[in-house]
Amino acid sequence: MSSNELQGYKKTLNSPYTGIKGWIDSRLPLIRMMEAEYLKFPVPKSLNYFWSFGGIAMFCLIGLILTGIFLGFHYKPSADDAFDSVERIMRDVSFGWLIRYLHANLVSFFFIATFIHIFRALYFGSYKAPRELVYIFGLTMFMLMMATAFLGYTLPWGQMSYWGATVITNLFSAIPVVGDAILTLLLGDFTVGDSAVNRFYVLHWLLAFAIVGLVVFHVITLHMTGSNNPTGTEPQSWDETVSFHPYVTIKDLNATIFFFIILAFILFYYPNILGHSDNYIKANPMVTPAHIVPEWYFLPFYAILRAIPDKLGGVIAMFSSILALGLLPWLDTSKVRSCLFRPIWRYCVLLFAVNFLILMYVGGKPAEGLYVLISRIGTAYWFLFIFVLAPLVGFLETPRQPLTITNYLQSKKA
Amino acid sequence: MSDSKKPRRDFIKLSAMTLGGVGAASLLIPFISSMNPGKDTLALASTEIDLSPLEEGQSLTVIWRGKPVFIKHRTKSEIDSARNISLEDLPDAEEDSARVQKDNWLVVLGVCTHLGCVPLGQKASDTKGDYGGWFCPCHGSHYDTSGRIRKGPAPTNLPVPPYVFLTDNRIKIG
Repeated sequence: MSSNELQGYKKTLNSPYTGIKGWIDSRLPLIRMMEAEYLKFPVPKSLNYFWSFGGIAMFCLIGLILTGIFLGFHYKPSADDAFDSVERIMRDVSFGWLIRYLHANLVSFFFIATFIHIFRALYFGSYKAPRELVYIFGLTMFMLMMATAFLGYTLPWGQMSYWGATVITNLFSAIPVVGDAILTLLLGDFTVGDSAVNRFYVLHWLLAFAIVGLVVFHVITLHMTGSNNPTGTEPQSWDETVSFHPYVTIKDLNATIFFFIILAFILFYYPNILGHSDNYIKANPMVTPAHIVPEWYFLPFYAILRAIPDKLGGVIAMFSSILALGLLPWLDTSKVRSCLFRPIWRYCVLLFAVNFLILMYVGGKPAEGLYVLISRIGTAYWFLFIFVLAPLVGFLETPRQPLTITNYLQSKKA
Repeated sequence: MSDSKKPRRDFIKLSAMTLGGVGAASLLIPFISSMNPGKDTLALASTEIDLSPLEEGQSLTVIWRGKPVFIKHRTKSEIDSARNISLEDLPDAEEDSARVQKDNWLVVLGVCTHLGCVPLGQKASDTKGDYGGWFCPCHGSHYDTSGRIRKGPAPTNLPVPPYVFLTDNRIKIG
């Protein structure tokens, strides 16, 4: 067999670089890849600041992992020790208060960035072909984020940790017939206890790194299609693009710094404003706090859960609210991506965002009277938006002719 | 390979894959099983309680399998209010007599069947809900003096744990 037959299968040890860089790159083509994907990578030059929130979310994730590692050096995952070890971090560990407050508040800001990032995808049609997989990996990460955040919130073993964990794990008992057996299997006990906090700690770590893995898939799929942009049209020439570095790197860094200044303000002046004071009381399996409220970023989904008067129905509605969003690329029938050129859908998307905030508000209120009614209307709109409006509006509306990137930038100057 | 040998090769492939699949699936059993409560946890699965200090009208909360169990020494009026109703008014119809071994002693799990909170009503000062039994503060379920769900999102009655009277004043739960 001559070596020619293997051409195309066998990698050639060629590299565009020389010296040590070339030696490494020809054996591990990472340098070449990073240059192509992060330095020279062309992005549409019409991106606005909405496009910075993916990068911001990534910086939040890195911050969470770093602070998490340092918290892990001191935290003890057991029913007896967890609460006290967190108090020790807050009082005795050098700068422990800073690291824990950073970890706790970074989560909130991670969710803020992610919510804006998802809104961006909806408004400018980034979920539409050919970026369906980018979007689906994104939604998968969002679900893992929620699972990780829930697991993490149980770890301090305060009253809200304990009862939040009890209520959420009891969602599994809604499964007909085998629900209770599954719940016991997941908890390793008949209640949330020593065994649960131990495995929640392990899973909290595991899922955090699963998210990192999915970020890689998110970025690979994104770099196959390239970024969307406000016009929703693809760049037609190199003139309509800029290189990722220095243009996007500097812009995203600028946005990130601004975003982290707001974080710093909350961190240093109101570090507990997004938390709940009951979580500074050690978990007591015999007493349920009068008002159990989930973390703020779960409230819209909690509102959907409570909007349905049936236990199993509520659980199904809550989980399917996110899963259904994954169908949007196929349910949206319009050929135009960006809401800038879609006169009706634009208001549907804006109303979806407002509805999300309304659900967040009623999710934090007691499930009674008017709040229940509002949460039902909000839940109805959520599913109406996905299953009825997305297919229907595409047929009904007459979109404007989308501008090219060049024309869009000119029209903005004018 | 001639075509006549193909079915034979397919058969071998299929059997190998099936056996491999069964093997891989059985390997899952010990791992999944290890997630269930261990022997030490199961060993705590029964509790003995002395009932003699409980006066009529008083309640006691004990821990069984890490969960609260409500023991209520019911008054005559509480027993009557649990019995003088039509079963059709109950979301989860069950006779009071089927839920107790001795009329004046009610033993139920103190865990709301909705999402697992501990209902209020054990202390004299607690709100007992619209039916004089227990009230769950999390999502507003009302239980009557037999621990049956009467109003709110909880789907079923407070379950009765397995227990036996060892003597007149002593029970064993579990």
